[in-house]
Amino acid sequence: MSASWPTIRFTVNGEGREVKAPPIKRLLDVLREDLHLTGTKEGCGEGECGSCSVRMNGELVNSCLVPVLQAEGVDIQTVEGLALNGKLHPLQQAFLDCGGAQCGICTPGMLMAAAQLIERNPHPSMAEIREGLAGNLCRCTGFMRIFESVLAAATETAESVSKKAHRAG
Amino acid sequence: MSTTAKTRIVGAPVPRKEGADKLLGQARYVDDMEREGMWHGATVRSSIPRGLIRSIEFDRRIDWSEFTVVTAADIPGENHIQLIVADQPCLADGMVNHCDEAILLLAHPDKHKLREAAGAVRIEYGPLPPIFTIEESERQDQVVWGADNLLKSFVLEKGNVDSVWESAAHIVEGEYRTGAQEHLYIENNGIIAEWSAENGVTVWGSLQCPYYVHKTLIKIFDLPDEKVRVVQTETGGAFGGKEDYPSTLASHAALLAMKSGHPVKMVYDRMEDLAATTKRHPSRTRHRTALDKDGKLLAMEIELATDGGAYATLSSTVLSRATLHAAGPYLCPNVRIRSKSWATNKVPYGAFRGFGAPQAIFALERHMDEIATAMGMDPVELRRRNFLHDGDTTATEQVMREPVMMDQLLDRALRESDYYARRARFARENPSSAVKRGMGIAAFYHGSGFTGSGERILNSLAGVDVTPEGKVRVLVSNTEFGQGTNTVLTQIAAESIGMDYDDITMAAADTGMVPNSGPTVASRTVMVVGRLIERAGLQLLSMLREHGGLGAHFTREEFFAACERYRAAKGEVRSLVRYEAPPGIFWDDEKYHGEAYPSYAWSIHVAQVAVDTVTFSAEVEEFWAVQEVGRVLHPVLATGQIEGGIAQGIGYALYEKVILQNGHMANNQMTNYIIPTAEDVPPIHVYFEEIPFQHGGYGAKGIGELPHDGPAPAIVNAIKDATGVSFHSIPLLPEDLFAVFGADQKIEEPATL
Amino acid sequence: MRGNAEAHELIAPGSLAAVLELLACAPGEWTPIAGGTELMVAFAAGRLDARKLVSLWGIPDLRFIETTKESIVIGACATFLDLRAHAGVTAELPLIAKSAGWIGSIANQSRATLGGNLVNGSPAADSAPALLVYDAEIEMVSQRGSRRVAYAEFHSGYKRNVMAADELLYAVHLPRRFAHHKQYFRKVGTRRAMAVSKVALAATALLQGDMVSEIRLAAASLAAFPTRLYRAEAELLGQPVTRKTIQAARRALLAEAQPIDDIRSTAEYRRRVAANLLDEFLLELSQEGSRR
Repeated sequence: MSASWPTIRFTVNGEGREVKAPPIKRLLDVLREDLHLTGTKEGCGEGECGSCSVRMNGELVNSCLVPVLQAEGVDIQTVEGLALNGKLHPLQQAFLDCGGAQCGICTPGMLMAAAQLIERNPHPSMAEIREGLAGNLCRCTGFMRIFESVLAAATETAESVSKKAHRAG
Repeated sequence: MSTTAKTRIVGAPVPRKEGADKLLGQARYVDDMEREGMWHGATVRSSIPRGLIRSIEFDRRIDWSEFTVVTAADIPGENHIQLIVADQPCLADGMVNHCDEAILLLAHPDKHKLREAAGAVRIEYGPLPPIFTIEESERQDQVVWGADNLLKSFVLEKGNVDSVWESAAHIVEGEYRTGAQEHLYIENNGIIAEWSAENGVTVWGSLQCPYYVHKTLIKIFDLPDEKVRVVQTETGGAFGGKEDYPSTLASHAALLAMKSGHPVKMVYDRMEDLAATTKRHPSRTRHRTALDKDGKLLAMEIELATDGGAYATLSSTVLSRATLHAAGPYLCPNVRIRSKSWATNKVPYGAFRGFGAPQAIFALERHMDEIATAMGMDPVELRRRNFLHDGDTTATEQVMREPVMMDQLLDRALRESDYYARRARFARENPSSAVKRGMGIAAFYHGSGFTGSGERILNSLAGVDVTPEGKVRVLVSNTEFGQGTNTVLTQIAAESIGMDYDDITMAAADTGMVPNSGPTVASRTVMVVGRLIERAGLQLLSMLREHGGLGAHFTREEFFAACERYRAAKGEVRSLVRYEAPPGIFWDDEKYHGEAYPSYAWSIHVAQVAVDTVTFSAEVEEFWAVQEVGRVLHPVLATGQIEGGIAQGIGYALYEKVILQNGHMANNQMTNYIIPTAEDVPPIHVYFEEIPFQHGGYGAKGIGELPHDGPAPAIVNAIKDATGVSFHSIPLLPEDLFAVFGADQKIEEPATL
Repeated sequence: MRGNAEAHELIAPGSLAAVLELLACAPGEWTPIAGGTELMVAFAAGRLDARKLVSLWGIPDLRFIETTKESIVIGACATFLDLRAHAGVTAELPLIAKSAGWIGSIANQSRATLGGNLVNGSPAADSAPALLVYDAEIEMVSQRGSRRVAYAEFHSGYKRNVMAADELLYAVHLPRRFAHHKQYFRKVGTRRAMAVSKVALAATALLQGDMVSEIRLAAASLAAFPTRLYRAEAELLGQPVTRKTIQAARRALLAEAQPIDDIRSTAEYRRRVAANLLDEFLLELSQEGSRR
């Protein structure tokens, strides 16, 4: 059976990867089982909780709903790829400072959603933050500390972007 | 006095002890783990709510020789989950009493073959008539548990209620109901188990109470204490849902491990976790209240019933807490509370944040508003007039020796929420608006820690040690599942020993390594266990001074040097202390009388709710919570607990409904068991007042469960304020609001003006 | 997770022509899968009957939004985020853009497609009422050629449609004539986000003076598939919006709606709320009329 499985190639967090898997195998399972990247979690298997969220070519998706065949040639970013060279992403730092993570199980997906949000919208309003995170369920925090974390990171990111712009200008 | 002393670390918003792991995706939850040669396990469950198991057939299309099959017959010891009453079988044996009851277990290396095999087991039943409601159980239409379906009952009396009815100026009656509620931790239940003749049973998993699981496993396997080891893995939410259920799951995985000779992992998917595991007890509470002409309480007669499901599990203790919270933060000279927990043929109900108090407090705080209406009084004034004060006695005649500041909490809540101004504004705006707005309040306490003599019985042992590598470790069986246990206990240890926060770590929550400091439940961890750690830290210093040459003041280096001198003399550097009951705690378990709890946290919740008359839906627009919780040891963690509890309470009131069909949860998916999303939670404002509690760790009282007690009644009271209509039952979905509003409205008449 | 990945075949031929060839050679054997937001849920629940699937994801011929003089044409594999981001759709077909934001969450919208939403055929489909009040036409293709039907005639029953076994839903055509219509779309779900619709009402209308010269009303979850509310429309067409005509329209809706009780809601709730939504729209319409 496995002889007939296709080889699927994509990059994960900048690294080229290759798997031989049944084509309908969920990207979530490929990440966790084949690539041993267990940062991405399964909370529901129905695309409702967002704890499996990753980014495909920059777009936020629920990896429990993506058949791995459709990841061919794609750039995937998971939570393991947020920090760069050992330095925490501003969101990760903000979650630490503001209490955005309690039990932590929703956190990887939440960070991916928040990362996309502030990348595309450097000055999100509270309504935009709520919409951006609406697909990520959290049962511990009541969301308040998460909103604060995202606002703090957005401010910091916007400030550092603007600093860079000023320096360049 | 440590409770009021100035502190460096306790009280500061230090980073969470687990550091950045959760944010890096490096925290390891049980499903992230594997053991060499690991198989997977699955459960075959009852499809009927009650009946005899007539036969079990294995479809020949499966090669069963590849599988390990476990039934009740394979259990070496006692086929019971050990909680309070040993009535719940680990595996059904000849009879089932609820849908989704575990009958047999299968293990296989391949998850998919396992699923196929589970579907190929055919069970023939001899069905018996099931019962599903409190009323059916009371009537004993069928007797499904014990002699009379009654899992537990209490009677609590103060004064003489019967002497009051005749002469009372006002008597108000009401009946209130609450539904089941699912924890919906985002990480499902999961366990990995190993068995060997040499080492016995080892389990790793998502759980709150390693020693509870241990207590069951030693009996299931008939093994001595040291042959069973339970290790908690990073746990993705619990809320009480992993207090007792893991004992069942661990037993299952371990039995499969024993029989298959392989480690076995059992991680539920969401559909199974929703259908088969514990939920909050549904309740029905009847109030009859007598007041004088000024609205002062004269008598409260309360009849409270909970639905326990098919087995006793924790129904007696949930009932106990409900009973002890039923009369609320009010002074009433005559009280009678009769409470009963009834068995039905449903998945057993269990622990869930609040543990009986949300049910009791919903009823009481709704009833207070009903009383206010009946008497033409302001619901705020009614409460204020009846609050307990210093020196007053509760329904159990516990004297309030610690200060009670409900008046001030109420004042602050009214001020922060601008309660009266908003109410007045809504009263003006509502008549010409399709959206009706209202304000509602709830006033309540939550008893911290185990009831009465519970802590004495637990007899917790906890402490600290110092490793040769220079790490100071907190030794407790209390677990982190998001609420901040690891952070707060290491803060306390650092403070009491005089070290840096970074020098302190938590020893793993592993029964092979840490003493039994009791379960992580009942809002007891920081107050009770924190106190033990505080004492253990001080005891360590005196040990080091006596035998390690430690001076009155010391540097970090001097501390570790003293530890090594101590180690050379004594072998290990370990300071353990046992629980000591605060003086003057007297509790009569028979009469339900005396000091029910060592301390109370007090709170006022205010909700602003909007009811849309077009869609009949209610939403919380804003929420305020003022609470006195003893000393706040970590402001960010404490605030996070309050906010999270309120969000769950909002779900409990307006969104979360367990829909059963023939006793099986029909909406067992996240798409149709509805919790609030980031777009649904309102802004939540949290304010702390602090009266340090001298017997709690650095003055702390419990806070974990407190915030879940208030939202539901505050919200339904606000709906009453907005619409004039009283609702007596939760969850209150738009369809329920429609059943009342829609009935009034003539169907042909447009809802709009 | 109850799906067995080894029990399903999934291929990605990568072009429209190759997919149509497959459907022609083996009609009914291959189930097209776009973003997977429905089929993969069924897979994980162990309920995916389709053993052979052909992926439409990443076929450029299917993922487009084109503007001609007369219409905006949306390819079947345009995602809901594509719709929200498209200036023409947001400007001229705001109800489609609005409903695109109701599908699940951002993570679902980046994968869920308009074609998938329609072919899945749920009576609660978020985009469907908008398409109905915009007079959408469905274009279907096969090796035999292409044909169009009004979307109002696309569904033939509960989760059934008029496509032949060798046909693929190719595009949705929206006439560019609704920009000046009064428009309304409201969805009632279990919560503000990630909510399957209990009932939804969309409307487009044109007033000439006091009179309703055009009216289209469509609802989700009032029948076995998303439908126009022709009887309610009839009470309003050519009439002024008065208390009397509002009542007549309301009565007509209450009579023609055929909602059911299910796990999410009740028939009576759906019926009543749909009528209330209609009132809400008509009130806005009458205020609009009186402002002119």
